[in-house]
Amino acid sequence: MAVIRVIEPGMFTTVQDLGREGYGAMGVSPSGAADALSLRIGNRLAGNGEGAAGLEMTLVGGAFEFSEPGTIALTGADFAPSLDGVAVEMWRSCEVRAGQTLRMGGTRDGARGYLCVRGGIAVAEVMGSASTHVLSGMGGFAGRSLRRGDVLQVGTQNRANRLASGQAGAQQPCARSSPGKAAPLQGHGPRILSTAGRKLVRARKKLRVTVGPQSDWFGPAAPRRFYGNAYRVTEESNRMGLRLVGPVVEKLPRGEMISEGVALGAIQVPESGMPIILFVEQQTTGGYPTMANVISADFHSLGQLRPRHEITFQVVNWEMARGLLREQEELLASDDALFG
Amino acid sequence: MVRFVRLLEREPLREVRNVHPAYCSVLVKFDALRWTHAELEAALRERLARLGSVPLPAARVVEIPACYEDVYAPDMAEICARRGWPAERVMALHTAASYQVYFLGFVPGFAYLGELPEELAEARLATPRRQVPAGSVAIAGRQTAVYPFATPGGWRLIGRTPMRMFRAGDGGSSVLAIGDRVRFRAISAAEFVELEKTWR
Repeated sequence: MAVIRVIEPGMFTTVQDLGREGYGAMGVSPSGAADALSLRIGNRLAGNGEGAAGLEMTLVGGAFEFSEPGTIALTGADFAPSLDGVAVEMWRSCEVRAGQTLRMGGTRDGARGYLCVRGGIAVAEVMGSASTHVLSGMGGFAGRSLRRGDVLQVGTQNRANRLASGQAGAQQPCARSSPGKAAPLQGHGPRILSTAGRKLVRARKKLRVTVGPQSDWFGPAAPRRFYGNAYRVTEESNRMGLRLVGPVVEKLPRGEMISEGVALGAIQVPESGMPIILFVEQQTTGGYPTMANVISADFHSLGQLRPRHEITFQVVNWEMARGLLREQEELLASDDALFG
Repeated sequence: MVRFVRLLEREPLREVRNVHPAYCSVLVKFDALRWTHAELEAALRERLARLGSVPLPAARVVEIPACYEDVYAPDMAEICARRGWPAERVMALHTAASYQVYFLGFVPGFAYLGELPEELAEARLATPRRQVPAGSVAIAGRQTAVYPFATPGGWRLIGRTPMRMFRAGDGGSSVLAIGDRVRFRAISAAEFVELEKTWR
């Protein structure tokens, strides 16, 4: 069976898929890829169903040796990947030969990169998902981030996900110097993400939000503060939440809130007045008022935020949020649009 | 609340991805491309109107062994000092009460239990601990809980259980479920060590 040997794990690399939904009543948040859009596209490029498990790297990538020939794709932030010393292009399918080592450095702009391999990373599914839930040590590879010397199995078939129609390219070099033209989806030639696809995955710094359920808990000056200023992502940010600093979002003196369920992307404001965006490994319930909620179409951008990034918020209504999500999903649903 | 969650489990709505019950609310996460808010609200209201016919199972009673000795109870001294009590009194009050599991939230297997006897009510720590040991028995306001994992936490710690509150295997299993009744049983540090061996 094909394996991937971890030569260097990188700063924080975990096995992720699209997460385990449906266990909220047990206090379990879905986890899953921080930039799910990049993972989904990476899987499609590698010839997998979009929910196959891949590797999520954070800020600094790792080095991985492949035991067998295979098809891979690198998406998300650019970690300057190279295969046996030759630079590899991102956002396209790429063939690796047995014994080759893929090396990555740090990323300058985004935060997370994805390595998808044809067949997916084969780990035991826990509660219906291969994703690592770091805090509880659940799922993924031994419930933790990768370490040097770990050996990952590559799936022969995606068990949970049917392979996408069309073959990812065979026997094509991966070098950056050969960008290649639009590739045929069937037969030979690499799969390459289209211009429209690249536009779709670009991480936004102006996040669109809908008004939160407790927006009336804040003072009259709060909206102007919150929507009119930039907030900086702090070092104390992780897969559970993104902690921000910026102008204080002032609350009305209404006492303590009764804890309730909180959604992915909820922007909570604790006593300090400094917002926290709940992220993929979020707490499932919370007791701080929620000022706003990042829209689904912008979740992927949260996965590319890194400490010191500055972000702003723009309020939209539900219909606009739904329209933006529909636009995103329509593009993802079409091989022609995504790879054309 | 419990009936509503049971009904949603028994008759799941299509494209509803997750349900998060809390004290007096349920967060329903759904596919926004399959439902409008108004349509989903109508479907949920239809179920709310039928709650009377949803049977509730008899509440299970779960006993949680907990050691209240100093080594496991970093906030006990301060709580006692404020009241001029010996630790035994806090322990006696905490173990005498029977608690209801209102809901699970925060992290996997974390059950919000109440009501804590009024004499034990405590404000949260002004600055939460960065890491609370797994198994910590904690109190805050009129609530008590066990931290299933080493996590940040702002509740005050009065003991620890060797019990593993959450296991991920086989679809996930939590020692506590919504609607259960809970009692704590005091154990010695020696018993804690013994039990920990069998459960970890």
